[in-house]
Amino acid sequence: MVEISIFILLVFMIIGMVFVLEMKNLLSAVVMMGAIDFGLSVIFLLLSAPDLAIVQIAVAVISLVIMIRATIHREIVETPSQESTFSSRVVMLCFLFLFFILIYPAFSLLPIFGEPIFAESASSSMKYLLEGMTQTGSPNIVTAIVLDFRAYDTLGEAIVLFTSVLGAVSVLRYRNRKKPGSST
Amino acid sequence: MIYALCIVLFLLGLYGVLVKKNLIKIIISLAMMNNAINLFFILLAYRKNGVVPILSFLQPNANLYETAVDPLPQALVLTSVVIGLGVTALMVALAIRLYYVYGTFDITKMRKLRG
Repeated sequence: MVEISIFILLVFMIIGMVFVLEMKNLLSAVVMMGAIDFGLSVIFLLLSAPDLAIVQIAVAVISLVIMIRATIHREIVETPSQESTFSSRVVMLCFLFLFFILIYPAFSLLPIFGEPIFAESASSSMKYLLEGMTQTGSPNIVTAIVLDFRAYDTLGEAIVLFTSVLGAVSVLRYRNRKKPGSST
Repeated sequence: MIYALCIVLFLLGLYGVLVKKNLIKIIISLAMMNNAINLFFILLAYRKNGVVPILSFLQPNANLYETAVDPLPQALVLTSVVIGLGVTALMVALAIRLYYVYGTFDITKMRKLRG
């Protein structure tokens, strides 16, 4: 049942992605991107990852707002001159199809869906599940990992996020550069 | 089969990055590649009829190690999702700046150097 639901949602996401790629109006494409992100959030919920689903919804909303901010009041219709030539599209599709054919055998090496490898051996996930509650006091094992066992990882994430915000602010600063020759 | 669909989503994103000439489309495609990879990790972690790795009054004294899904990829992807947002925000900021300078999102027209 879960598998079928995920299958349907993934097909929806793929169709949405095709629409995004072929849509002439950029605002429609951005809204479709938001729909795909929400579909991904539902898939996370179906896969028993509620923390991730919450974060994904928040990220989807914020990125939708950012993208709409980028497209609104601008030249939002793709003109025909912006499209690639037919031959380059065909070549690229052939290349990607070949890529897919070549990596298809690798799927047989992956664990079967529904039977993860961590359950069969003494993995670190097993350790977290066994000792997470007693060692950290957090009933939620995922937050126990994020904020306790692998807190340095989260610190790095915070640094990356801070740097990207710093970069965005410094790029978008609405102050014209000083004209050359003028005193600093 | 589900893994293959996930890879198809990734390849569609790659196609958009390689073929499209509009910056907004390229940014959306990159975000979709990011989403597909995140989804792939969570698919690998799923256990059939697995429960959420949370101890609660709904599942007290649960033997989580026998029933729960893998919590480690969830924790790693949680980081990855947020970083994806940061990357998207930075790319959009650059796109807005480029639009301000060149007056278009078309990457083929962004050739001349301008201050």
